[in-house]
Amino acid sequence: MSLKQTADIEKVSFGFWVYLMTDLVLFATLFATFAVLRNNTFGGPGGHELFKLPYVLTETLLLLTSSYTSGLMLLSAHRGKKQAVLFWLGVTFLLGAAFVGMELSEFHHLAVEGNSWRRSGFLSAFFTLVGTHGLHITVGLLWMAVLGFQLAKKGLVHSTIKRLTLLSLFWHFLDIVWIFIFTIVYLKGTL
Amino acid sequence: MGATHVTKATTEQSSLATYTTGFILSLVLTLGAYFSVTQHLFNGSILVVAIVSMALLQFFVQLFFFLHLGREKGTRWNLILVSFMMTVVLIVVFGSLWIMHNLDYHMQLTPEEQDNYMQIQNQKGF
Repeated sequence: MSLKQTADIEKVSFGFWVYLMTDLVLFATLFATFAVLRNNTFGGPGGHELFKLPYVLTETLLLLTSSYTSGLMLLSAHRGKKQAVLFWLGVTFLLGAAFVGMELSEFHHLAVEGNSWRRSGFLSAFFTLVGTHGLHITVGLLWMAVLGFQLAKKGLVHSTIKRLTLLSLFWHFLDIVWIFIFTIVYLKGTL
Repeated sequence: MGATHVTKATTEQSSLATYTTGFILSLVLTLGAYFSVTQHLFNGSILVVAIVSMALLQFFVQLFFFLHLGREKGTRWNLILVSFMMTVVLIVVFGSLWIMHNLDYHMQLTPEEQDNYMQIQNQKGF
């Protein structure tokens, strides 16, 4: 990479950081809403009756590992190893897809048992917060799929390396948000 | 030429090491928080403080090892941005909790008490 291209990636990354921080404020308001409504169960079940911690731990480990593999993907991109980039992109995608699958299955179980977002203020806040995060992950998966095709077609050129850099920022950010969902919503919710 | 190759290889190795360190630390902190809840390692509010501290620690671990924050060259614009936004986040979250707790406290009164309270407030004037 030339010096000019590195400077370009740094500039674009800063813009992306600004976007990520506005997204962080969005999550902060949803966290605040959840924190305020967490005890408003309206006679319905609370966190300790609904959440299964081993299941949530599995989700957490899937997402954490995918955050690590997206880092390895970026390292391979800087080394110019296209096959390795595609491999780690695939691994990250599969881990992320497994995470979304588990989350949807959890939501489905809750809704079937009559504990959907309509049940109580607590569950409305829960579905909004966790669902917004899940939606971000889904968008990330879509991004990975598109980027995978672009990489296969164009190879590791400046534009694809730039997108890989931003994608991995986005993915690490979503794992950071999940740390707090795991701790505040699930772990603290079951106490 | 040879020298630049060596430096490049060293930085790459160190970044692989950085990612792996971040991953292992995050794993330890995640499992630590999980088992302190499932095995009841602490009681009551100490447990809450423990798991929230582990989450905050993991937050900083990932910011440093995965997002490489604070290791930029020159002016650290990313770091400045994140610090400012964290202030906004803290105000939003703790401000909401404070206001709602305060509201909750005043709403616990019976209708008569509330009426009385409002009259006292009215006498105080604005």
